[in-house]
Amino acid sequence: MEEFADIELTVNGEKIAKRVEARQHLVDFLRIELGLTGSHLGCEHGVCGACTVRVDGQIVRGCLMLAIQADGADVWTIEGVSDTGEIEDLQEAFIARNALQCGYCTPGMLLTAAEMMEAGRKMSRTEIREFLSGNYCRCTGYHAIVDAVETTMESRFGG
Amino acid sequence: MADPAGAVGRPLPRSAARRLAFGRGKYADDLRFPGLLHLAFVRSPHAHARILAIDPAPARAAVPEALVFTGAEIAAVCAPWQGTMEHLPSMVSPPQHALAVERVVWQGEPVAAVVARTRAEAEDAAGEVAVDWEALPAAAVRERTLDADAALVHPGLGSNLCFATTIEAGEAAAALANAAHVVEGSFSFARHTGVPLEMRTVIADYDPGEGRLTVHGSHQSPWHQQDTLSRMLGIPEQLVRVVSPDIGGGFGIKLHIYGEEIAVSAVSRLLGRPVKYVADRMESFVTDVHARDQGVTARLGVDADGRIGGLSVDALTSLGAYGSYGRPPISEGMMTIMMAAGAYANANYQARLRVAFQNKPPSGMYRAVGQPIACAVAEQLLDWAAHAAGIDPVELRRRNYWADEDYPVKTPGGLAIRRLSPRQCLDRLADMMGYDDLRAEQERLRGQGVYRGIGVATFLEMTSVGPAYYGPSGARISTQDGATVRLEPSGAVRCVTSVIELGQGTHAALAQIVADRLGVAAADVGVVGGDTASAPYGGGAWASRGLTIGGEAAWRAADGLRANILELAGSILQADPAALDLARGAVCDRATGEARIALAEIARIGHFRHDMLPPGVQPELAVTRHYVPDAAPFALANGVQGSSLEVDVETGEIRLLDHFVVEDCGRIVNPLLVEEQIRGGVVQGIGGALFEECRYDADGQMLNASFVDYLVPMAAGLPDIHVGHVETPIEETALGTKGAGEAGTVGAPAAILLAVNDALRPLGARVTALPIGPEAVLEAVAGARP
Ligand code: FES
Ligand code: FES
Repeated sequence: MEEFADIELTVNGEKIAKRVEARQHLVDFLRIELGLTGSHLGCEHGVCGACTVRVDGQIVRGCLMLAIQADGADVWTIEGVSDTGEIEDLQEAFIARNALQCGYCTPGMLLTAAEMMEAGRKMSRTEIREFLSGNYCRCTGYHAIVDAVETTMESRFGG
Repeated sequence: MADPAGAVGRPLPRSAARRLAFGRGKYADDLRFPGLLHLAFVRSPHAHARILAIDPAPARAAVPEALVFTGAEIAAVCAPWQGTMEHLPSMVSPPQHALAVERVVWQGEPVAAVVARTRAEAEDAAGEVAVDWEALPAAAVRERTLDADAALVHPGLGSNLCFATTIEAGEAAAALANAAHVVEGSFSFARHTGVPLEMRTVIADYDPGEGRLTVHGSHQSPWHQQDTLSRMLGIPEQLVRVVSPDIGGGFGIKLHIYGEEIAVSAVSRLLGRPVKYVADRMESFVTDVHARDQGVTARLGVDADGRIGGLSVDALTSLGAYGSYGRPPISEGMMTIMMAAGAYANANYQARLRVAFQNKPPSGMYRAVGQPIACAVAEQLLDWAAHAAGIDPVELRRRNYWADEDYPVKTPGGLAIRRLSPRQCLDRLADMMGYDDLRAEQERLRGQGVYRGIGVATFLEMTSVGPAYYGPSGARISTQDGATVRLEPSGAVRCVTSVIELGQGTHAALAQIVADRLGVAAADVGVVGGDTASAPYGGGAWASRGLTIGGEAAWRAADGLRANILELAGSILQADPAALDLARGAVCDRATGEARIALAEIARIGHFRHDMLPPGVQPELAVTRHYVPDAAPFALANGVQGSSLEVDVETGEIRLLDHFVVEDCGRIVNPLLVEEQIRGGVVQGIGGALFEECRYDADGQMLNASFVDYLVPMAAGLPDIHVGHVETPIEETALGTKGAGEAGTVGAPAAILLAVNDALRPLGARVTALPIGPEAVLEAVAGARP
């Protein structure tokens, strides 16, 4: 494999063209090359979900994807979805419920929760827990996160 | 606008949460430094080995710009430190270098630092450094570390024993011999660690021009870092500045002095360039401090009515190769023997503690230090005693708590207790759980071959440990915290605190406290901290002290500012300051409550219109106060936890159904923050009870140093956690808080252990080793079957 490659992609709605190291993963690319430090790293093993970003409409573990694999992709990070206001209700619910403490897991949690909303219905607490179970949070014990997601589902889809 | 009812006590959301939820957190690795170099470490693959030679040539061949610093090169510019305690001359601890010099004593110990332009290059080069090792035998099995033929972690010490002590109170042996019922057990608490999601990060920037060192890092006590860096590197303290930005969780793990962090500063100083190190997850598992790792054998005697006659506890704590600098490594064991059964009336107690070194990562303070062990052991014995005596376990607790008229008590374990509220907590919890209904349902389901268990455990939470402990040890760690409260020209208020925020929400709670003292809204108070160059000196964040110590300091500073504002208002209004008050953003008439002048107007005049003031008036619109908790050696919160679970005796699986906590942390400043501290703490306790273990082989190799193999609690399978409160403010402070950061972690393992054993009781099976995995359950069930 070549050591470097040129890629073009859209990040948070903005066209980006960059030469990247072939071995650089997507979150390092976002953080180091683009300064989008809202996506975090907690294991780089695909387990903790801190690196969750949205690629072509689906959440992925940004630590398991190389930047060059995102060539041509449409990538959204916490910064982008915050700016568009798309997940404002979720964010407000997290804040009101104190569903974050250190906040390190929160961008990944929110993007995961946003994907859960696509089900278009209110899920049970057990279902919410199952859906979130790829995102590690050491601070909250998850209960408040489940509450915040549940509240948002209720207000979007009714009790 | 200030709420007339005040901000304290209300569940106000934190302003910082908004920033973090919008992806605008600034954690250490998010900060940018021009000219930054990256550092990676070469680590020992052996638990114990001699370093024969380190050859950097292959690293330079792979990455020509890379620079390699060996342990000896770092030692030439950085003094070693030693974790001894002045007040415990019998406790031994050898000097520790930032990087190993001649011998490594745990797998993962750093031996060389490699610097390059990018992290990837630094790691590439580090992987090429050639080290010649002579492997040595390792001490890595708890029960064998004190054997005569055990390998010695530090041969110079002549033994692996770090410390030993005993407690003798009353006539424990006789009491146990004469008790109507005696129960006993041998318990094991696995080694585990804190696993904050953000890994340890440090950026050191030495400016050779001024000789100034600036360090940004994910650290709970930049104060302790500043002191250590100044002395180990010989840089005058006024030229050392340590900044803690947003921190991605700590739980004690980021409280300690780590060789890596100090070495990064040493390298920055040698190069005159900013240097960054970010631990990866594997490095975190083998270098973050480890905790627990204790075996306990204990016996409890009760009379026919279930009243405690005597208790004996024998504990063996396994440290790593070192204790932490300045933080007594024996605390895990000391807390166990001091606090076991502390809430219960008892005069006859004997305990022995031995603390031994092993060839494993250094040991340190992780949330709740030793208290989960004390709680699990004593509560399990009480449950067994209740069954031996034929008394309901909840009723047995009620009979045994210290009576209200006993307070203040000095427990036989040595705890001085002003007052506790376990009875109120227990009644509340039994109510919340529907205890009697749960018992009835358990009975009914047992008939159907379903094994439900109920565990109810009383816990004590020692917080805000003060000068009585830290002072005599000689540790250069402040038990005081400070706050500066300042009136800004607009009438807004700023508070600068020595308390470090890592998500617990202390800064938000400080805003609530200050707001009420000054009659403004919490939103009008901005709180910052984390920079040793600009904040008042203090301790940082540990032992759940943030509000009890830092909150009291902020209260006093705000009161000082209030007096100054009223004095200034008095001279502007030609009124007696004693007749004035602050409320709703204005200076008011104390008697009528009528607003006399807006706070913003006082602020404007006080800052910009000194020409309008009578001669001789000097506005003093910033006040600094410190608070040292001198009235008691520590604060003591208490509570009760309840677990309801089901054990599948065919698969060994434990299904957590519900978890309940009633706690008394004194005055509650913000219930939203307290309850989430409790819930987060409970889940860490569940981790210790069911999942978490740093597994080692007999040679000291960690077998599960990755997130794939080290199990942590995830959202699925966890219960909802119901939290209730009893509020008994302490009298020593104006604020009256006790701290709530550790309560959840102290009591949860006990509640779960009890519930599992309660479920298994009809089978005659018993588990006593944490974490309790499905195999252990199956083994216990199989062992009990006739
Ligand atoms: S950093 Fe990607 S899953 Fe943990
Ligand atoms: S809020 Fe800290 S890890 Fe989730």
